[in-house]
Amino acid sequence: MSKPTDLVQGTLDLLILKVIALEPMHGWAIAQRIRQMSGEVLQVGQSALYPSLHKLEQNGWIRSEWAVSENNRRAKYYKLTRAGRQALEREASQWERLSGAISMIVRTA
Amino acid sequence: MRIPDILRHRLRSLFSRNSVDRELDEELQYHLEREIEDYTAAGMSPADAARLARQSVCGLAQTRERCRDARRLNPIDNLGKDLAFALRQLRKNPGFTSTAIFVLALGMCASLTIFAFADAALIKPLPYRDPARLVALYETDTMFPRCNLSYPDYLDWKQRNRTLRSLDVFQQNAFVLTTAAGAEPVRGARVSAGFFRTLGVAPALGRDFHPGEDSPQAPPVALLSDTAWRQRYGARRDVVGRTAILDGSPYIIIGVLPREFHFALVGRPDFWTAMQPVRHCDLNRQCHSIYGVARLADGVTPLAALSNLDSIAADLEKAFPESNRGRGVAAAPLAEAIIGDIHPMLMVLLGGAGMLLLIAAVNVAGLVLLRSQNRRREIAVRTALGASSGRLLSQFVTEALALAAGGGILGLALSAWTIQLLRKLLPVGFSMRLPFLDGLSVNGHVSLAAAVIAALAAAILALPPCLGIGSTDLRSSLAEGGRGSAGTVWRRLGSNLVVVELAIAMVLLAGAGLLGKSLYRLMRVDLGIQPDRLVTLEVVAPQTVYSTVPKVLALTRQIEGDLENLPGVKSVGVASGVPITSNGNTTWFHIPGRPWHGEHFDAPERDVSPNYFATLGARLLRGRNFDRHDNQSAPPVAIANRTFARTYFPNEDAVGKQIVEHTGSGVTIPIVGVVDDIREGPLDEAIPPVLYFPRDQRADLDFMLVARAAGGEGSLLPAMAAAIRKVDPGIVTREGMTMLDRIQDSQSAYMHRSLALLVAGFAAVALLLSVVGLYGVVAYSVNQRNREIGIRTALGASRRSIYRMILSEAGRLIGFGSIAGVGASIAAAGLMRGLLFGVRSWDVPTLAAVAALLAVVALMASLIPARRAASVDPVESLRGE
Repeated sequence: MSKPTDLVQGTLDLLILKVIALEPMHGWAIAQRIRQMSGEVLQVGQSALYPSLHKLEQNGWIRSEWAVSENNRRAKYYKLTRAGRQALEREASQWERLSGAISMIVRTA
Repeated sequence: MRIPDILRHRLRSLFSRNSVDRELDEELQYHLEREIEDYTAAGMSPADAARLARQSVCGLAQTRERCRDARRLNPIDNLGKDLAFALRQLRKNPGFTSTAIFVLALGMCASLTIFAFADAALIKPLPYRDPARLVALYETDTMFPRCNLSYPDYLDWKQRNRTLRSLDVFQQNAFVLTTAAGAEPVRGARVSAGFFRTLGVAPALGRDFHPGEDSPQAPPVALLSDTAWRQRYGARRDVVGRTAILDGSPYIIIGVLPREFHFALVGRPDFWTAMQPVRHCDLNRQCHSIYGVARLADGVTPLAALSNLDSIAADLEKAFPESNRGRGVAAAPLAEAIIGDIHPMLMVLLGGAGMLLLIAAVNVAGLVLLRSQNRRREIAVRTALGASSGRLLSQFVTEALALAAGGGILGLALSAWTIQLLRKLLPVGFSMRLPFLDGLSVNGHVSLAAAVIAALAAAILALPPCLGIGSTDLRSSLAEGGRGSAGTVWRRLGSNLVVVELAIAMVLLAGAGLLGKSLYRLMRVDLGIQPDRLVTLEVVAPQTVYSTVPKVLALTRQIEGDLENLPGVKSVGVASGVPITSNGNTTWFHIPGRPWHGEHFDAPERDVSPNYFATLGARLLRGRNFDRHDNQSAPPVAIANRTFARTYFPNEDAVGKQIVEHTGSGVTIPIVGVVDDIREGPLDEAIPPVLYFPRDQRADLDFMLVARAAGGEGSLLPAMAAAIRKVDPGIVTREGMTMLDRIQDSQSAYMHRSLALLVAGFAAVALLLSVVGLYGVVAYSVNQRNREIGIRTALGASRRSIYRMILSEAGRLIGFGSIAGVGASIAAAGLMRGLLFGVRSWDVPTLAAVAALLAVVALMASLIPARRAASVDPVESLRGE
């Protein structure tokens, strides 16, 4: 099982952007969703998740607002900005290229 | 969209740090709670769930730090911490800190002071509309490249030119103002009516001259300067329409000029009158007394205007050959005409000050390097503990900034003080010619310059340690204190730099020494008189009242008598000119009985009263003095000074010899006495042959009074002026001065004093800088050789030999610097030979004293590191490394 810290640099950003592209989410839910969607392979701990969220927010790719969560408590929800959507497209296609290239090498070798 | 977002976030992170931090805590707390819920839902006891959650959520504090990092909070925090740390470090090392700041401040003070002058003189525009389009106009003749216009020429130029939008003329003119208290001399100027329109200056109060108000038919009108308005008329707005009596004629005051207006070419007049061409000179094409100022027509280059005027001058030359032969036109930008000769001097000073500043900064950089050398181990430890090189770098930059800021602020304060001092030192005549220096102060420009210079200095200071970091090998630094290649480079560069600095300091010190000695000699030059307790006063009597020679003589006699009766006056003399003023007013003569081929000898002449020599305390060497019998009805006589007697009658007795003046009717005049040389002209000029004549035989309306006081001479002047006013309130007295003040304020004394002070100031700064530089280099080398010194000591070297080793290294530098300095000093002193008085440029005592001073001060500076070297504990130094 891969630990979050082993994630290629910047990959976590891509995952976060991808996950909240569907709907605004708070941090805990983002971690859960990444775990579920990766088939329990990727577990994102808060020590990696929150700095990443704050950095993305500083970059202007996501925006946060406080809202009432599904368990009726105040939670900070993150949603994608327009710049974030563009960044997601860029990062995703780059990831496709990179992972394709890597798997080509890995397979032939 | 994105940029404002980012900006908003950053600002919020910076300024609402508490709420951001609170939100962060809440966010992380929420996560923790959800985690616990998750575990509880999976069937754990709440306590277990909480423990597990906390374990999985390991390092909440670290996460918070990293979130803050992500929010870019840390750089700001770090800056604060760096600053606090830097200040603590600097405070812990007050010797280093104060030296660095002081040296920087000195360098900055010199630069900023000179810059303030340059700013006032060169950068600020003249207070006229579009000054670049203004030109000053002159006539030329075969002898003078720039001389005055004649009024008729001006009228012709004005009428015929097609290249000037307007042409006007001006002339400095001293008026006698009639006041309630009597008469008073005032500064004034006569200008043509369009003068202020040409400059583009409008009066602040009242109106400008109307066109045509400079014609003889118009009623005379005058404008006031702002100063005259405030000082003479109490800044009353109803001054407009009042009448001022100038030279006995009423002038209506029509307005007041703006406060910031100045026009240095006529000094600073109080009264500006419309120039009505009524004087003898104004009507005469041969009499040149005015200057022109013109505004170029749109699209006309100065060159085109000049060629246009040249062709007009050529026409005038044809039409009036007797007055205009060989007369052309010269033009100069008005700014150049006003500021002209100060420009190159300021540039040289600015260059010199810049160099001092650079040396100061490099020296302090050397000190910083020395310190970073001492801190190598600290840096290595911090690196080992995880400080990134970026963090270390920012630490050094912060320290450099703190030092530069300290130096900058102190330098700015020092320069404000220096500027005040220099303004006080400027003599009155100087500030008359340079009214733009009124704006001299630490203004926005100067502060900006200070900030820029401080930033540059910070960059220079930060450079060595930053370069040092790159070359630091962590392990070797920890192990042995490290000796990078950068160190060797600095040692070599620093040593050479110090030699150059010492040589520069030597040159400046020698210059200051020679100028100081010149000043000393100048102030003690034999004047031929006893200057203490002497006062001098000029008397100007109205020509309309004292129109004949007997009237003038009677007036003189009465004033003499009245003054002699004043309490405190011992004796009174009258002369056409007093000592220390000028060698001018010469008379042409030849000596009868000698071969003479039409060449003329000339000698300054003075017309003096019988009491004059006795009052001055001059020494009569041979023959007799003038007496009351040498008057209009007696045969003319003369007294020669010693130089005259020696020049024209060497090895003979001059008394009894005769001269013939070329001005008179060919009468032979016997020399009846020889007086010892009196310094009539500048202190530093050779004494020419001088002739004295009895004033009773050649009376002139304007004369100087000399009085010797029994006690304090300062209080005598007002009493004398009052006594003269009592004789006739229409008489103006001016130039009232004690002889000692006259000597102190004379041009040559001022030149020597200010030059000596200026050079001494630069020399002091240079000396200090070179000493600091020397200290830096020697101390650096001691640091680097710590281990070697330890080994030497361990092997039995005595403290004395260590001292000798270090001091001989310093001595070598001092020696090289002094030798280079002596050579350069002699060369430099040769260049300023013209400025020296009574001192040769290779004055051995001065050079020796300067070299000794330099050596002593420099050796004292190197004693500090030498002592540290000698006290190196071998065990400590060997183990320590």
